[in-house]
Amino acid sequence: MCLAIPGKVIDTYDQNGLRMARVQFGGITREACLEYVPETKTGEYVLVHVGFAISKVDEAEAERTYQALKELDQLSELESPFVEDFQDSDTAVLIPPAKGSSGNEIP
Amino acid sequence: MKYLDEYRDGDVAARIVAEMRRIQTRPWVLMEVCGGQTHSIVKNGLDQLLPEGVELVHGPGCPVCVTPLEMIDRAHAIARLPNVIFCSFGDMLRVPGSDGDLFTIKSEGGDVRVVYSPLDCLKIARANPAKQVVFFAIGFETTAPANAMLAWRAREEKLNNVSLLVSHVLVPPALEAILASPENRVQGFLGPGHVCAVMGYGEYLPISANYKVPIVITGFEPLDILEGVLMTVKQLEEGRAVVENQYSRILDQTGNLPAQKLIGKVFEVSDRKWRGIGTIPHSGYRLRQEFAAHDAEKLFDVADILTLEPEICISGEILRGIKKPHDCPAFATLCDPQHPLGATMVSAEGACAAYYAYGRHLKPQGAGKLHQIAPDLAPASAGAALVSGGRA
Repeated sequence: MCLAIPGKVIDTYDQNGLRMARVQFGGITREACLEYVPETKTGEYVLVHVGFAISKVDEAEAERTYQALKELDQLSELESPFVEDFQDSDTAVLIPPAKGSSGNEIP
Repeated sequence: MKYLDEYRDGDVAARIVAEMRRIQTRPWVLMEVCGGQTHSIVKNGLDQLLPEGVELVHGPGCPVCVTPLEMIDRAHAIARLPNVIFCSFGDMLRVPGSDGDLFTIKSEGGDVRVVYSPLDCLKIARANPAKQVVFFAIGFETTAPANAMLAWRAREEKLNNVSLLVSHVLVPPALEAILASPENRVQGFLGPGHVCAVMGYGEYLPISANYKVPIVITGFEPLDILEGVLMTVKQLEEGRAVVENQYSRILDQTGNLPAQKLIGKVFEVSDRKWRGIGTIPHSGYRLRQEFAAHDAEKLFDVADILTLEPEICISGEILRGIKKPHDCPAFATLCDPQHPLGATMVSAEGACAAYYAYGRHLKPQGAGKLHQIAPDLAPASAGAALVSGGRA
């Protein structure tokens, strides 16, 4: 019921005093009301629920989140404890994971 | 499709789960609030990917499910009237009342129409000035801006043949009702991403602080949900309890201010009855007095219709995360999507309907985890199925 789908604004127009748009979702184009995201321009992505755009998709945030997820395993390797071979060394150390400094936490 | 496909990448999903395994030290019970999230979890088998001991229970966030049976019966009473065009989102058409569903009424000659947007009701009303166009305005905060716009435009355009049968519910009071219960098992929430796209997440800060429970506002795609689980588990493991935002590409703390403004002009907060749970104070919206001319409950004499639920149904406990579909002896025996006995089976986004649709009643792997933790909850039939290779 709370399903909302991101789509690309193809064009915008006025209909009976309401700001409307044609929005493309994959191969399907539908009308959506832009009254709640009036600043939206052609080419931008909006999140549409029951014929209303309720939010603009923040492209920079989308890219940042996705990249952070993709880098998760490389970064978690860096976070793993680093054990020196203390059998043969006087400078044996166990470096704890550097919590919060990995850059993959989403605020 | 852009902004969907990226969040369905299996390799990235495996990395998130690996990270979860790395940080998790003990069992945790998390609740996804929204029915759309429940559907995505069961459809994609996400609960079965999680490390042993990280359990998802399914929340009350399906508005079709929690619409009380008596409200369905009121809708049907109106839809049967000869001079009415009854409009609804498609989800509500198959929900049975005491006597059939909206499809039955349509097949018997009632004028029942599915609309994509509430604004479609304005077009129907303009084209049919001699008829009363009644819209079944259900939903959570996500849908409130669209439904509010219908009431607002109907009044602005003086379309006196448009009215709304309002059964709107709100998420934060439901979370408080779950947390305040002595039976509560939920230790962290995946918050409702699209509700918060409208309302922001400021309302969740005091809930998280008062009950010391992590709330991570989460999206709906598989990677969104897995990351939401990871962020929640991380908080629990670190002993933190704050509101975090996984769904930052869609929302911020403020939400959609123009939408909130119109909601405030059209609706006011009221007590609401939730199917399976009962009345929760201040947990819904009703139309403000200024919109009385467009309030179907005032225009049609239906307020005294009251209906009792079947006693066998445990949907109330499922909606509060105390039990799961397999714990109900009626699940997939007396109760299925064609003959639902209660809230969680009536809509595709209900936990029982999702379990049924994706074959969990045939091979209940998902139930295995719960039954290991709480074997006394297992009904005899589900237990037997498990013994005979359910987790193969």
